[in-house]
Amino acid sequence: MTDHQTTSSNAALLILEDGRTFRGRSYGAQGTALGEAVFATGMTGYQETITDPSYARQLVVQTAPHIGNTGVNDEDAESRKIWVAGYVVRDAARRPSNWRSERSLDEELIEQGIIGIQGVDTRAITRHLRERGAMKAGIFSGQEAARPVPELLAEVNGQASMEGARLAEEVSIDAAYVVEPADHGWEGEPRFSIAALDLGIKSMTPQRFAERGVRVHVLPATATLADIQAVNPDGVFMSNGPGDPATADTQVGMLRDVLDARMPFFGICFGNQILGRALGFGTYKLRYGHRGINQPVMDRRTGKVEITSQNHGFAVDAPIDGVTRAPEERFGRVEVSHVSLNDDVVEGLACLDIPAFSVQYHPEAAAGPHDSAYLFDRFIDLMAAEKQNPGTTDAADVSKAPIADTDTTVAVASDAKEEN
Amino acid sequence: MPKRTDLKSVLVIGSGPIVIGQAAEFDYSGTQALRVLKEEGLRVILVNSNPATIMTDPEFADATYVEPITPEIVEKIIAKERPDAVLPTLGGQTALNTAIALDKNGVLEKYNVELIGANIEAIELGEDREKFKGVVERCGAESAKSIIVHSMDEAFKAAEELGYPMVVRPSFTMGGLGSGMAYNAEDLRRIAGAGIQYSPTSEVLLEESILGWKEYELEMMRDKNDNVVVVCSIENFDPVGVHTGDSITVAPALTLTDREYQRLRDISIAVIREVGVDTGGCNIQFAIEPDTGRVIVIEMNPRVSRSSALASKATGFAIAKIATKLSLGYTLDEIPNDITQKTPASFEPTLDYVVVKVPRFAFEKFPAADPTLTTTMKSVGEAMALGRNFTEALQKALRSLEQKDSQLTFEPVNDFEVPELVEKAKTGTTERLSQVQRALLGGATVEQLYEATGIDPWFLDQLQLINEIAAEIRNAPTLTEEILRLAKRHGFSDEQIGKLTNMPEAVVRGVRHALGIRPVFKTVDTCAAEFAAYTPYHYSSYDEEDEVELHAKPSVIILGSGPNRIGQGIEFDYSCVHATMALREAGYETVMINCNPETVSTDYDISNRLYFEPLTLEDVLEVIAAEERTGGVMGVFVQLGGQTPLKLAQALADAGIPILGTSPEAIDLAEHRGAFQRVLDTAGLVAPKNGTAVSFEEAKKIADEIGYPVLVRPSYVLGGRGMEIVYDEPNLSRYIANATEITPDHPVLVDRFLEDAIEIDVDALYDGKDMYLGGIMEHIEEAGIHSGDSACVLPPITLGTSVIERVREATFAIAQGVGVRGLINIQFALASDVLYVIEANPRASRTVPFVSKATGVQLAKAAALIGTGVTIHQLRTAHKMLPETGDGSTLPMDAPVAVKEAVLPFNRFRTPEGTVVDSLLGPEMRSTGEVMGIDKYFDTAFAKSQAAANSALPTSGKVFVSVANRDKRSIIMPVKLLVDLGFEILSTGGTAEVLRRNGIQSTTVRKVAEGRGPNGEGTVVDLITEGAIGLILNTPSGGQARGDGYEIRAAATSVGTPVITTVSEFGAAIQAIEAMRQYEWDVTSLQEHALKLKAAVDA
Repeated sequence: MTDHQTTSSNAALLILEDGRTFRGRSYGAQGTALGEAVFATGMTGYQETITDPSYARQLVVQTAPHIGNTGVNDEDAESRKIWVAGYVVRDAARRPSNWRSERSLDEELIEQGIIGIQGVDTRAITRHLRERGAMKAGIFSGQEAARPVPELLAEVNGQASMEGARLAEEVSIDAAYVVEPADHGWEGEPRFSIAALDLGIKSMTPQRFAERGVRVHVLPATATLADIQAVNPDGVFMSNGPGDPATADTQVGMLRDVLDARMPFFGICFGNQILGRALGFGTYKLRYGHRGINQPVMDRRTGKVEITSQNHGFAVDAPIDGVTRAPEERFGRVEVSHVSLNDDVVEGLACLDIPAFSVQYHPEAAAGPHDSAYLFDRFIDLMAAEKQNPGTTDAADVSKAPIADTDTTVAVASDAKEEN
Repeated sequence: MPKRTDLKSVLVIGSGPIVIGQAAEFDYSGTQALRVLKEEGLRVILVNSNPATIMTDPEFADATYVEPITPEIVEKIIAKERPDAVLPTLGGQTALNTAIALDKNGVLEKYNVELIGANIEAIELGEDREKFKGVVERCGAESAKSIIVHSMDEAFKAAEELGYPMVVRPSFTMGGLGSGMAYNAEDLRRIAGAGIQYSPTSEVLLEESILGWKEYELEMMRDKNDNVVVVCSIENFDPVGVHTGDSITVAPALTLTDREYQRLRDISIAVIREVGVDTGGCNIQFAIEPDTGRVIVIEMNPRVSRSSALASKATGFAIAKIATKLSLGYTLDEIPNDITQKTPASFEPTLDYVVVKVPRFAFEKFPAADPTLTTTMKSVGEAMALGRNFTEALQKALRSLEQKDSQLTFEPVNDFEVPELVEKAKTGTTERLSQVQRALLGGATVEQLYEATGIDPWFLDQLQLINEIAAEIRNAPTLTEEILRLAKRHGFSDEQIGKLTNMPEAVVRGVRHALGIRPVFKTVDTCAAEFAAYTPYHYSSYDEEDEVELHAKPSVIILGSGPNRIGQGIEFDYSCVHATMALREAGYETVMINCNPETVSTDYDISNRLYFEPLTLEDVLEVIAAEERTGGVMGVFVQLGGQTPLKLAQALADAGIPILGTSPEAIDLAEHRGAFQRVLDTAGLVAPKNGTAVSFEEAKKIADEIGYPVLVRPSYVLGGRGMEIVYDEPNLSRYIANATEITPDHPVLVDRFLEDAIEIDVDALYDGKDMYLGGIMEHIEEAGIHSGDSACVLPPITLGTSVIERVREATFAIAQGVGVRGLINIQFALASDVLYVIEANPRASRTVPFVSKATGVQLAKAAALIGTGVTIHQLRTAHKMLPETGDGSTLPMDAPVAVKEAVLPFNRFRTPEGTVVDSLLGPEMRSTGEVMGIDKYFDTAFAKSQAAANSALPTSGKVFVSVANRDKRSIIMPVKLLVDLGFEILSTGGTAEVLRRNGIQSTTVRKVAEGRGPNGEGTVVDLITEGAIGLILNTPSGGQARGDGYEIRAAATSVGTPVITTVSEFGAAIQAIEAMRQYEWDVTSLQEHALKLKAAVDA
């Protein structure tokens, strides 16, 4: 029964770029994993977290102490594979227990070759990252753990920084595909169709559109305006994704073309940063980012607070108060529609003269609360308005409406279907 | 949108006495509410009959009414104070019910008072089972399916839809009569068949069973802008079937995926909106079918609840405080999170630790009660622990219970025992956790136990993990660093490790310390370290990084009282809180150690630092070590938290830790019988004759010598555990035979029992030179009933000046002889004008809050300062904490009279046959709480105390009288008085004869044994059950507990008729009835009483 104890065969090390070292036991596959160490504070949803492409090239530290309790199932993954570069947990489950569980997380990590470490003081790591910022790190396990620490530290420091990393194309798909409303409980003909750029898209995002009767053409990150026009969409969407938005010139250029064409636009997360850059604002790296499912955001139009799911290390640099002229002046006036109540970071942009808006957080949730699902309806309303009165709408028109009270009921009902 | 400006004054309704299911947590929430309201500049009015609360401290409100919480009294308070609003959501069900009554009878409208925190419609939607079902349906969720049937044909048809097992509930029967669980068609025929007969409407409700499903609870808050947050998710270790208050519970939920959790969250939000709780908190309970994930909404509480207190302590999110702010019109985003300071309260706490709550039961106090755990709550307290994983938190919580065998043990289990353990574990009892763990130890599989108990396999596997580690510890050739770290990481105590390795606990600790294995202290910060925390709310864990910050001044550590139990309840937390408040004000840096989530002391801003830790020697020593390495320790207070910390005094002193206040040597003098006898001898005081026996022969010899009746008890008891009055030799023999574990180390104490003695209780302060006598309480019942269960009055109403002087002198002599520095409590008995000393407790007692409230003097605060070297003289002069002259023994004639009455939990317990347990009082304490009635004179004060204790005395109607032979003479005059007042007297046999001979007409009623008469005349029990009798006097005959008396008391307990079991209390009751008929009750705040008292003293 030595599986509780550290042996030479299961030893593992987490080494941060400033030399701080944590010793634990290996979890999942063994070997070397390099990436940016970040912490995520959700108490549920580890399966969604590890399969979120936005975590590409990151070593994710879970602050929740028990990970793996509900195993892994075939429904909750947010993409085709696990994206985290490495996984750091305190107490890994010995056996999963949940009626939907298909296999253990440990098995899944091994199967997909994901290197993890368990038994470390995840709170100490989190505090370190909070005070010193997200940083380069490495997990070394099995034989790798036996190597001299200075050598390992050098390897950690030798990796490329997240700042300046261009990753969207790496995680995106090669070929376009379509998500049909009929496959997600929508009865009748689709109401709208959109082109969704996959910059690291989570599967819940097209699903949330499809449930509302929107056909989603998911296109690769390199899609051009012509590719978009080829599917004749009612609107354009840009997803979340990993990396530094400053490297996304291709997408920024393409989005400017879309905005110039007055196509309704909605962006989430990376998509928000791209809208910001397209409008001429800058983006910057947060010290340790927002990664959790308890983040309060205020919708400044309604004064209401949403508890949101977030995963971002970069943010848009825009004036948070009042209406601003977009630095790219042809796009007119812009306002910061959503702000983080924790630290005043820009959490959403709304264009007042063109039909475009975006949020920095994740209304599709998965993992996370469903408070912000109304944004999908908001985009549908925007597309509807633009269809009715082409060339006259803007993002402000549809967001004045109060948040629909029935949202939660809708979400309940649709979730019920999934689970049966 | 800031707070409302139209509210200038608010009436807060408290929860009254501590009862099972409604305990100290409402003092915690109420106190938070009062603090907020005062900070916001409102005039605050409070009504709460419970003197043992912090919230009833006069400084927390502008007008504090310690009055019965009845609609009539609250109306008087409203009429007098004219508040703008009533806040009823922080005082439990009592406050909510009172508010509903005030709305229904038009009082709120009449005085133009607004309800804040919740509206009547919301309360009703949340509380009414049928209406709530509609709410659930409208939210797109499910309640348990149910069908109403009127015939067996319909029942069988319904069964096809509901499936077995199902719950059968006849409609409109008393107390769930005829309900049951049908596992098959035969059961259904039997139960529903009878049920259709029982039901006056021939109606039976069949409901699908959710027994054994996973159970969850979500704590929610909503503001007026419709912002909703989930503060905490709680998962029950015990599946549905055991009341959540009696269940081991875990936060956060550990066995749900995000999709499943979000579904509960969505439903909760939809429900809170639909119900309309718009400025406050609520909790919602769910059941989940383990194989399919089907979700059933069980119920909601549209108010702050017991779980809210737990959730607050578990997360650091101050629910009661924030709920109060919301009721004033603030929104969540306008309220800062105290812990992070920089972020708002409009977020959802995230935990990086696991919290486990375990209930504490008192079945040993009610041997006749069925210990099966059901949907009726039976636990009397709880302990909570935090750890960085489930095993650590669970094992810490178990040792926090401070009960013998509460920690898991690992003696090998034989194969043949396993089937029996698995079988037993099918029923929820206090033993279930250990049965499950031992079954696993014996080789049962997780699957087998899951099948038997419904406990989630993940939890079962964690118990398996604990067992595996225990085996590794036992099999380790030596205690290596690695094995010790492993053990500690999973919560094993030094004591457990010692047992596994045959080493004394101290040796294990020595080895551990030598290897440098110490816990670190983490911080509860609401946000899993995402933001820096400014509130030092700590818990220990065997992890890497310690977070205790350096402190400039050496700390004063106060040890709390642990989980509430009968005999050690909220009164001790009161003293601890007072001490920390006084010490902080005096400039000390205070540290609180406690493990009871229901308390004010475990609020993170009460002391400079809070350590939520078990109160065992090991855990306390580690906290002290942490404080020592970060700035030093001035000393530890052990005299405020009851026996729990007092027991640690010597061991702490041995470890070189300064004990503040009374020294361990002095404690020993008071606690050891022989040593204490010498103190009394020196002072020329007498104790009742007594002796110590280790066998029946010895006990018999002592009893023969000192004469029957004798009081027998095991040595070292708390709350009179196992204490009995024995009237003759056969009963002595029975007692000794039943009293297990009599050894030379644990002898039986045999005391002469003083019949018809007046019992007197004293709380006093002593500083080594001067004494301040806090108060003298005269018991209303004769000696023989545990002081905690007995009513008492202050100032004493029948003791003359000379007796009071003797009590004073004796108290001084004992305090001096023992060497007390701080509080001492002494019990005396006055028999035939001889003053006997029964016992002395060198610590804060249960009555300290009562005395403090009754006399307006803060004894616990004074005691804390005495512990730091302040003298009573200084307290009287410079500190102004004690009156300049005089004390509790020199109260002026027109000082208000305060009566303390105990509240007993008999209606909570049933025998295995389903009958109520006996309500007879005795030397073993069984009350869970107390109330205070205060007024100008004793009669009204007593009447108020009875009304507050939930059994108001009648002012007309029928009184049933049946007394033991020895009491027949003394009831004649009182009964005559009742007749004069117009009462009809009912009696049986002998009592009736005596009354008739004395010219008192009484109606003879049939005894239980006689059964109903030929014309259907009911027996006394029938009459009681029908509610025909307003008051019962039933004094038990010596030594005989059962018989007619039992039936009468049990029936009265079931329907809530006041029962008086002593003649002395009967006398008091008649005085009270007279006063009730003569005068209308006035309501007077403690502040007004204090002013009057001061005027009287000055005059």
